[in-house]
Amino acid sequence: MTSVLRIGSGLAMALVAMLPATGADAQGTLQKVKDRGQLACGVNTGIAGFSAPDDKGNWAGIDVDLCRAIAAAIFNDSSKVKFVPLTAKERFTALQSGEIDVLSRNTTWTMSRDTSAGMNFAGINYFDGQGFMVNTALNVKSAKELSGASICVQTGTTTELNVADYFRQTGMTYKPVVFEKLPETIAAYNAGRCDVFTSDASQLYATRLTLGNPADHIVLPEIISKEPLGPAVRQGDAQWGNIVRWTYFALVNAEELGVTSQNLDQMLESNNPEIRRLLGKEGEFGVGIGLGNDWAYQAIKAVGNYGESFDRNLGEGSRLKISRGQNALWRDGGLQYAPPIR
Amino acid sequence: MKEPANIEPARSTARRPPVRGFDPLGWVRRNLFSSPLNGLLTLAGIYAVWLAGSAVIDWAIVRAVFAGKDGSACAAPGTGACWAFVAAKFDQFIYGRYPEPERLRVDLTMLLGVIGLAGLMIPAVPRKGWFAAYFLFVFPVIAFYLLTGAGFGMVPVETERWGGLMVTLIVAIVGIVASFPVAVLLAIGRRSRLPFVRWASIGFIEMVRGVPLITMLFMASVMLPLFLPDGVTFDKLLRALIGVALFQGAYLAEVIRGGLQAIPRGQYEAADALGLSYPQKIGLIVMPQALKLVIPGIVNSFIALFKDTSLVLIIGLFDLLGIVQQAVSSDAAWFSPSTPLTGYVFAGFVFWVFCFGMSRYAQWMERRLSGGERR
Amino acid sequence: MVGDGERRISRGGFSGGIRNLAYDPAARGIALQILLVLAIAAIGLEIVSNAVSNLARQGITSGFGFLNHTSGFDISQKLIAYANTSTYARAFWVGLLNTLLVAALGIMLSTVIGFAVGIARLSSNWLIARLAGLYVEVLRNIPPLLMLFAFYFAVLKALPAPRESIVLPLSSYLNVRGLTVPKPMLEAGAGYVGIAFVLALVLAAIIAGWARRLQLATGKTFPTLWTGMALIVFLPAIAFFAAGQPVQFDTPQLGRFNVMGGLTLLPELVALTLGLSLYTAAFIAEIVRSGIVGVPKGQKEASAALGLNERQTMRLVVIPQAMRIIIPPLTNQYLNLTKNSSLAVAIGYPDLVSVFAGTVLNQTNQAIEVIVIVMAVYLFISVVTSLLMNWFNARMALVER
Repeated sequence: MTSVLRIGSGLAMALVAMLPATGADAQGTLQKVKDRGQLACGVNTGIAGFSAPDDKGNWAGIDVDLCRAIAAAIFNDSSKVKFVPLTAKERFTALQSGEIDVLSRNTTWTMSRDTSAGMNFAGINYFDGQGFMVNTALNVKSAKELSGASICVQTGTTTELNVADYFRQTGMTYKPVVFEKLPETIAAYNAGRCDVFTSDASQLYATRLTLGNPADHIVLPEIISKEPLGPAVRQGDAQWGNIVRWTYFALVNAEELGVTSQNLDQMLESNNPEIRRLLGKEGEFGVGIGLGNDWAYQAIKAVGNYGESFDRNLGEGSRLKISRGQNALWRDGGLQYAPPIR
Repeated sequence: MKEPANIEPARSTARRPPVRGFDPLGWVRRNLFSSPLNGLLTLAGIYAVWLAGSAVIDWAIVRAVFAGKDGSACAAPGTGACWAFVAAKFDQFIYGRYPEPERLRVDLTMLLGVIGLAGLMIPAVPRKGWFAAYFLFVFPVIAFYLLTGAGFGMVPVETERWGGLMVTLIVAIVGIVASFPVAVLLAIGRRSRLPFVRWASIGFIEMVRGVPLITMLFMASVMLPLFLPDGVTFDKLLRALIGVALFQGAYLAEVIRGGLQAIPRGQYEAADALGLSYPQKIGLIVMPQALKLVIPGIVNSFIALFKDTSLVLIIGLFDLLGIVQQAVSSDAAWFSPSTPLTGYVFAGFVFWVFCFGMSRYAQWMERRLSGGERR
Repeated sequence: MVGDGERRISRGGFSGGIRNLAYDPAARGIALQILLVLAIAAIGLEIVSNAVSNLARQGITSGFGFLNHTSGFDISQKLIAYANTSTYARAFWVGLLNTLLVAALGIMLSTVIGFAVGIARLSSNWLIARLAGLYVEVLRNIPPLLMLFAFYFAVLKALPAPRESIVLPLSSYLNVRGLTVPKPMLEAGAGYVGIAFVLALVLAAIIAGWARRLQLATGKTFPTLWTGMALIVFLPAIAFFAAGQPVQFDTPQLGRFNVMGGLTLLPELVALTLGLSLYTAAFIAEIVRSGIVGVPKGQKEASAALGLNERQTMRLVVIPQAMRIIIPPLTNQYLNLTKNSSLAVAIGYPDLVSVFAGTVLNQTNQAIEVIVIVMAVYLFISVVTSLLMNWFNARMALVER
């Protein structure tokens, strides 16, 4: 009997060990993360360029890089991050309940999400917009010609509503085919079930690669929505929000100042005051957000600057070959603009 | 004594000997072409087998790609199966993203599990009680520590890194082991004379059996966090396991109830006559007999559960099917037109091997048990 | 054993008290039930209070008010009028009807295939029996989700693009977007056709009853089936022409992308119906086989002795008796099929789970309300099906005697 009791209590303890109780409001998120020794980061279950595991099972992507940068800024170690893959449906609950500390899952910043879903957005690490992809054989040049077409859409996103709005507004008709997950949506488009695949433009380019002959498909010029994608944190913890926001800004600033993961150590000796402030040689900016003054140095060392991360995951260095477009720095005609560190 | 001996041989020579040798032509006529309709059916059947068989061989072997570094090897039009993809991703399909140096721990866990299962499932192995205690109580604890690495100086591996066949097996085995006590209680409760206990059991069983597993999983993944006190979170895998265990518990309870109903009244009365208390009567007399009777049913419901584990992919966990789907759709290095089908065929084949093996076992047990009863 | 005896004696001896109450089975039963009630109530209370405080803290509104809000999305298959300006409640009904449609189709098809395969497994033709066995062993050991993926993409692969549509008679088109047929549009006078149809059904039922009495009384058989079918086809047809053909057809036409107009049978529906039916049929086949095997051999021999041929033996003697064994597990399979139809979510068929627990849940964030509604609906369907099958089962059992 006693042995049974022992085993029972062992099991109970084992179960308790799996429920890390987190006093949400009692202490700040930063302290919680430090106590845990790990950042919990919610990412997409698999979307090329943003977050997807490679052959070795390591997560890679621009959203993943942001998580690594934050972990490096806090722990000086970019491996101290736990990636929690989330579906569209559960992402907000996961953030609200404290299962994750930051949601970096190509999530569109909208007013209702920012104000009434118990969370705040901390920045926009990818400017996207919804577009349409069609087979070149259809000889379609513009979205205005799409009346009567069948359209493949993934549910759980703003995409579905945007299409409905667009077609209602232009007075055209369409036939929706709605899927729960991206893989089936793409497969159905590929099999000719739909004339059009609609999604965020970045996803359209990524998807084009998965199709038999990418040259057979074109992305139409019309972008029908604004999809600012960015990381989000729980409402009510300003310090934590600052850490996430400024880690992202640091990566953008680094690109602007020409600081890369390659020349980082030479840059430490730079005379440029902006670079010196960024890398923590001057000022107490890191301490101001509760981290070490070399926070940005660590973040850049881990993932490179914004441009490097973009290039590696989405741009020329990847198979996706997406041009910077709106995501170029402001001085190159894009929208990526970070406030100065001073 | 002499006379019968003389009669017997005479009689047996008069009888025609039965046809012993195999007569292929006769067999074909009897079994394939006994009537015009049967002949037609046979021809149609042969044609169907030929069509399906040649298509499968053509795809899986003739036009297949067996080696390659990435998706470009399979990108040529008209390529069959892309086995190179399965080979490259094989470890990931088994272990998910479990860190490579630690995978020995998974292997060890599997080995320990197989020992327990073999002891339970092979009738010739003695001391079933010990094996049951090991598999139901000791093994889960060992497996828990080995897999999570909590304590004993092991490297902790969080459940987000688990995946592939490993998760499929964990969900299925935890589902059955954790649901077992629930099911036994529910089955007893459903046959209880106490009205409230009975109605509570019936209510739970029928409610769970009335809804699809998918909604239970949605409940576990989306609703459960809202039911917990502020700040308390469950591991996502654990939430799914709770959903699966409750679901399976209700189904298993019905299987066990079937066994309980098959126990003759006399057994209950004999136990009463011996003065055994209710727990003693159920625990020592009725339940052991009932459980033995429903072994095939338990295995069958395990098969159903095993197949259903694939649904956890809908809530974003990566079981075998989930990880195949993820690899197929989001690893840009392996994008090619033939990759998806190859991945799904591989997953289907693995599921089939497990389920078919178990269903054969269940059938064998069924014959064994019913044979024992008739003779 | 000694203690046990003492216990009995002491209770009989009126020197009871609280100590003995603990040994009284009735008292223990009541105590156990009270504990159980308390435990369930405590858990329920905890859940509700947590949920309420969590929702309040996160500023999520609760209640069913959202059902009256505008949905803003479109659905590919709707059996009732629906547009993106309709309400969430309307979307719910669209999803529910789609679920019921696929469940009804699946149940019919799986029953037909299941019975065919089950009987084929017992065929005297070696090859057919083996193929039926292969069918069962392969299909029932693969996850249904995987089968749906396979069927969906197989269906899509087999059909041509809209521009290469297979043109069928009556200006119907078959392509990868589905089968499009002319859509009947009812005009005034169509009601007579409906009345004629009902009339035909009633007449057929009366004839069936009469034929039955005739057979019981005289042993003569009457071709009930053929007469009934003729009635049901011709009576409405006569009414149709008499009323001056009160139906117009919306003929489908090939547009730039799709066949426009008409009534379209979606490939998702076809794949889901096929996938679910073939999967469930493997289980039904096993049930049917064991049902038939379960009928004593003597019954077949007796029927042969009466001069019935093999088909009559099957139809009149074996199947009716096998049904008694078959129906309870068959009910379970029907329920499983209905529940498995929720896998539609994976292949883009707009069923209840896909529309309501998918899109609506995502857009409203009302997780608790939405999932409770969906679970309640499935529960209701399963209770109703169980009751219907129990009634049918009871009827079969009576016919048995």
